[in-house]
Amino acid sequence: MSENKPESGPTVNPRVTWEGCSVLLDINDGDRLLFARLSAGSTLKIGNKTFSLQPLIGCPFGSLFQVESGKEKPYLSRFIPPTEENNVQDEGGCQLQEESRDNRAIIDNNQAQSLTGDDIDAMRRQGATGNEIVEALIANSATFDKKTQFSQEKYRLKKQKKYAPRVLLRRPFSRRFLRVDALSLLLSMANVTANSDVLVLDMVGGLVTGAVAERLGGTGSVCNTYLGGTPYPMEIIRMFNFNNEICKRVLRCSVNDLCAVQNETSEQVSQHEDVCTMESQSDEKISLSVSTEEVHLSSKNGVSDLVPENELSTTGKTCKTPKAGEKAPKEAIQSWKENGFSSLIIAAPEQDAWSLVKDLLPLLTYSAPFAIYHQYLQPLATCMNNLQLEKMAIGLQLSEPWLREYQVLPSRTHPCMQMSGSGGYILSGTRAYSNTSQS
Amino acid sequence: MLLMDSSTKISFNRCIRDGDLIIVYERHDTMKAVKVCENSILQNRFGVFKHSDWIGKPFGSKVFSNKGGFVYLLAPTPELWTLVLSHRTQILYIADISFVIMYLEVVPGCLVLESGTEDFERTGINTLITVGVRDIQGEGFPDQFFGLADSVFLDLPQPWLAIPSARNMLKQDGTLCSFSPCIEQVQRSCEILRSGFTDIRTFEILLRTYEVHEWKMDHSKVDDGNSTACPPRKRRQPSREASVGDNASSPVIMARPSAETRGHTGYLTFARKSLNFHC
Repeated sequence: MSENKPESGPTVNPRVTWEGCSVLLDINDGDRLLFARLSAGSTLKIGNKTFSLQPLIGCPFGSLFQVESGKEKPYLSRFIPPTEENNVQDEGGCQLQEESRDNRAIIDNNQAQSLTGDDIDAMRRQGATGNEIVEALIANSATFDKKTQFSQEKYRLKKQKKYAPRVLLRRPFSRRFLRVDALSLLLSMANVTANSDVLVLDMVGGLVTGAVAERLGGTGSVCNTYLGGTPYPMEIIRMFNFNNEICKRVLRCSVNDLCAVQNETSEQVSQHEDVCTMESQSDEKISLSVSTEEVHLSSKNGVSDLVPENELSTTGKTCKTPKAGEKAPKEAIQSWKENGFSSLIIAAPEQDAWSLVKDLLPLLTYSAPFAIYHQYLQPLATCMNNLQLEKMAIGLQLSEPWLREYQVLPSRTHPCMQMSGSGGYILSGTRAYSNTSQS
Repeated sequence: MLLMDSSTKISFNRCIRDGDLIIVYERHDTMKAVKVCENSILQNRFGVFKHSDWIGKPFGSKVFSNKGGFVYLLAPTPELWTLVLSHRTQILYIADISFVIMYLEVVPGCLVLESGTEDFERTGINTLITVGVRDIQGEGFPDQFFGLADSVFLDLPQPWLAIPSARNMLKQDGTLCSFSPCIEQVQRSCEILRSGFTDIRTFEILLRTYEVHEWKMDHSKVDDGNSTACPPRKRRQPSREASVGDNASSPVIMARPSAETRGHTGYLTFARKSLNFHC
C-alpha cells in the first residue's frame, strides 16, 4: 500500500491545520459557526473581545480551545475537557430515580446572584480563569442548590458559555443552499465515484462542484457547465482545502461549447477565454472579503439551512491557494464528446428543470445516472413527465429527503425540538438508449 | 494528458459482452442482476429473452422478448445494487448510505473499517476491499489497523461491545457511525460513546417519493362555464406511446406523495474520536 504522498494520486484527509487553510470555527458547541482562513494575522471576535487565531495553526482538527483571561489580553488556549465532564451525564443517570427537587420554590427575580459585574472584572484582572469565575458564580447563587440536576447542568453550561467560551476547530463543511442529506443524495444517485467524468450545472455557489471534486479525490474530472457566456460563481470551492491534483480536475466549459460541432468550437472558445479571465479577476476580489464569513444557525441543529453573511475580516492578504475551475482544454472537451459523461448533476433552484435537462442529458453516455435538485416540486414533476414522454430516461424517481435529529440522553431521549422543514426535491434516473436519440 | 487516461475511466460507452454482470430493469421497482451468458435465457412476465440478443448492444438498450415485451439493460452502479438487493435482506437504503458516506467524510484514499454481512464477491468489488470474518463484538477489530482508520461503520446488534475497539482503530478526529434499528440500542451506544468520543449526534433519514400523473383539462367543456378535469390517467413507467402534442386539451401535471412509503430503517449515530492532549 502506498504511503501518503500529499501531492500525488488520491488524497487523504489532512488531520492537522496549516497556515492558509480554511477551517470552520464552532463557538460554544454549535451556537455559532464561522468560516475562517488561518494565518498569523487572522482574528476572531466573541462578544466584545477579539482573539488571535494563531494558536490554532498546526493543531489537529477537532482541537478544543477555551478563552483564557490572561493578565494582559485574553487569548485562546488549547484545552482538553476533563473526563469527568464526559461522564457527568451517566452519573446523572444513576441518580435520576432519586431526583426529588423541582422548581416550585425558585423565584425568578434576578436577585439570586450575589456577585456583581465589578466583582467579576476584578477577578479577571487578578488572573482568574474562566472556569474559576463560573465556579464562583455557582457558589454565590442562592438558588443553585434548589435546582434540579438538569437545571444545574444547564446553569453551569450557560455561565461557561458566557465567561469561558469555547472554540472547536473543525474541518470546514458548507451547507448554504443544500441540506447535507440532499447534497449527499445527489452524489449517490448520480453515482459520483473515483474515475468518473461528472457534468455539473451548479448554481449554488460551487457547493455541488466542490462536493463532487472531493468525492473524485484527484481522479476523473468534473465539468462545471453554464448557459450563455458567463460561468456561475464558484467561491465555495475555496472552503474545501483542495490540493493541486483535485483543483486541476475541476474544469469549466459552457453548454454551447460542449454541444458545438467541431468547426464552431474554436471561435467560441476564444470569446470564452476573455470572459473567463474577467471572471477570475472578480473571483479574486470576492475571496478577499469572503475569507472570514459568518454563518448563522437558526437552531442548534447544525444541519439546518445556513444563511451566509459576508463580514470584512482583518486577515489582510489572501494566502495563495491552488485555483479550481480553469477553462477546459480542447482535449478534455473532445474526450467528453467522444465518451460522454458518466453522470450529471443539476442544482439550479430557480431555473426550469426540463429546459436544462433536455440539453444536457444527451451529453451523457447511455445507462448513465443523473440527479436534479430543485427547491420546488412542480418543475421536477413536469420534467419527469416529459422525460417519460420523450423516452429519454428510465428508472425515474422523484423524492424528497427527510431528516430528523435526536437528542439521546438518559431519560431525555426524544427528537430535537427544532427541525428543518424541507430539504428540496430530487429527480433521479438513468439515461436510456433509444433509436431516435443522436449519439 | 493524465487527466484523460481512458484506461481508468468509468464509462458505459462500450457494448455488452459475454460474461458481463448487468442489471435487467423490468419496472421501476423490479430489477435483477444477471450475468450475461451466450447460451442462457431470461424468463419473466414479459416473455423469454435470449442473452445472445444482448451481446453487442450498448448499455441502456431496450431489448425484446419472444412475445414482444421488453426490458432495459443497465450497467451496474451502487445505487442500482441497493435496489436489486433490497428485496433480500433488511439492509440500509440509499438515503442512509449516502448520508453516512458524506457525514463520515469518506473520500478516495480513506481507510474505512466496516462490520456487517455483505456479499462482496458477486458485486465484483472484491478487488478493492479486504474482507475478513471475525466476531467483532467478541474480539474487536484486528490489531493491524490500530490507529490507521479514518472511519468506522458498525451495523451490529450490540454495537457498544465493539465501540472501545473501534476507538483504538481510529486516527485522531476519526469518524464513527453506528446503525441500529432500535432506540434502546442507540441509548446504550451513546452511553459508551461518551467515553472517548465527542460530537455525538443521532439522526434518522427517510426518502419520501412522489408519483406524477397527468390530468387532462378538456377545453370543449369550458363554454359551459364549467371546466372539469377528467380523472387522472395513470402514467406508468416506462410510458405508453403518446407524444406531447397529442390532442387539443392541455394536460396539467399533478404530483402527490406515494401511498406506500418506508416509515423507518434505523437510527444513525455519528461520533468523532476525541483527542488526547499529547497526540
